[in-house]
Amino acid sequence: MRIVLYRLLAVLLPLALLEILCRVQIIKPLTLPAPSRIVLGLWMVIESGTFNAAILKTLTNVGLAAVLSVVAGIVAGAAIHRASVLRALLEPLFSAYYAIPIYAFYPLLIIVFGLGDVPQVLIGFMLAVVSMIVSTLAGLDSVPPVLGKTARVMQLGPVATMRSLTLPYAAPYLFTGVKLAVAYAFIGVIGAEFIMSGTGLGYEIRFAYDNLDNNIMYPLILLILLIAVAINMSLDHWERLLRARRGRT
Amino acid sequence: MRRIVCANPSLFLVVGLLVVWQVVFWLVGRNALLPPYETMLYLARLLQTARFWGHIEETGIAFILALIISVVAGLAIGLGLGMNRVAAEVFEPFLLAGNSVPKIALYPIVLLIFGIGMPAKIAFGAIHGVVPVAIFALTACNNVPPILFRTAAAMRLSRWDTIRSVLLPAALPDIFSGIRIGFSLTLIGTILGEMFGSQRGLGFLLMTAIGLQNIQVIMAVTLLLVLVAATVNTLLLLQDRRLRNPGGPSR
Repeated sequence: MRIVLYRLLAVLLPLALLEILCRVQIIKPLTLPAPSRIVLGLWMVIESGTFNAAILKTLTNVGLAAVLSVVAGIVAGAAIHRASVLRALLEPLFSAYYAIPIYAFYPLLIIVFGLGDVPQVLIGFMLAVVSMIVSTLAGLDSVPPVLGKTARVMQLGPVATMRSLTLPYAAPYLFTGVKLAVAYAFIGVIGAEFIMSGTGLGYEIRFAYDNLDNNIMYPLILLILLIAVAINMSLDHWERLLRARRGRT
Repeated sequence: MRRIVCANPSLFLVVGLLVVWQVVFWLVGRNALLPPYETMLYLARLLQTARFWGHIEETGIAFILALIISVVAGLAIGLGLGMNRVAAEVFEPFLLAGNSVPKIALYPIVLLIFGIGMPAKIAFGAIHGVVPVAIFALTACNNVPPILFRTAAAMRLSRWDTIRSVLLPAALPDIFSGIRIGFSLTLIGTILGEMFGSQRGLGFLLMTAIGLQNIQVIMAVTLLLVLVAATVNTLLLLQDRRLRNPGGPSR
């Protein structure tokens, strides 16, 4: 309980300080409007509904990228787990993958697929899928050999073994993968929209910045932060529930 | 075959990627991609011009400064929280949330604070790098077996000596992993920072090439970035394994 109080203070005190600094004009409104104004602006942005289409577009693309990368990541992870040569080959790629600036491929994707939703979803997918594959591999590695023996005793085929035995056992690892995949999909899509696109939240922020429209830019930035943190916290919560249930049985 | 592949996976991976690249080139055609050989040739030509080195220098300086800030600030935050249980519990969720936020959305704020130019790039690179370094350092502290601290207390080590001769050596492998990941993210952040409101650097080069649909430049710069990132990451990874497995085989 005391921890929660401290956390609240850790958020509220800096905010209050910012508010004061902005109100007495030490921080100019052109740099940062007072936090209370930003929250009010966010309310107005949501109420007026001007950006509903952009919000919907971004969330749809993030959802697409996340679902695609989770499905593809689990399938690819399960396949790579069985093919040991392929795994030895890809292992160095996985460990170096997040050192590669994925956004650098965005221009090429635009040239190949045109300036639509496809390059954005693909960037989100490319960022997310590898963490899902790696989590799937880690999860499958954690399955004790005795379960494999059980599957053979029950005469399950490879797909049935995956479905009813190994994947459920690996569920906590898979969930960690899902959590990372959702976060990366979000980062990828917003980044791509920001770099170059015609719709979406990232694009609207860029547009507002180019027009020095702080009354729109800051509320939208706040909205993105809130969405990202809310998704992250709820997935975190589920993950903890999942692990706690595992711990009991 | 299997034994040969498993003996040097990296070599076969590079060959495999080059083959995939060439096949994709055949599929999508010349107006979208360059084949590997021509890209390398073009990159080699770029590397002979002084203008290109000017861009590399700009990016390099911004990146190195950002990396120094990321590592120093990240370690200060991570180790500081790691030494204090209550503070760690209070601030850890903020760090984790900071990892899931698309930082590019914060870039306009960075630009408004620092203005266009070098400081904004450095700040944006550092924003990307500092969080993973801090998270790994904090986790590293939490993973140090408590018995080591009790030993330190029994030997009446001062706080500073405890940090220097107990905490740091025990937490070093995890801290190093954090720095490795911080390195990659700082590079990505610096490049991203140069793509907007910047007049020099590799990110600026990429962004103008996008506008002009200059595939040669896009591919050559991308190749250079991937090569540098992958090479440094591999070297850091080797060192990482050596730290985790002292005295063992170097692989």
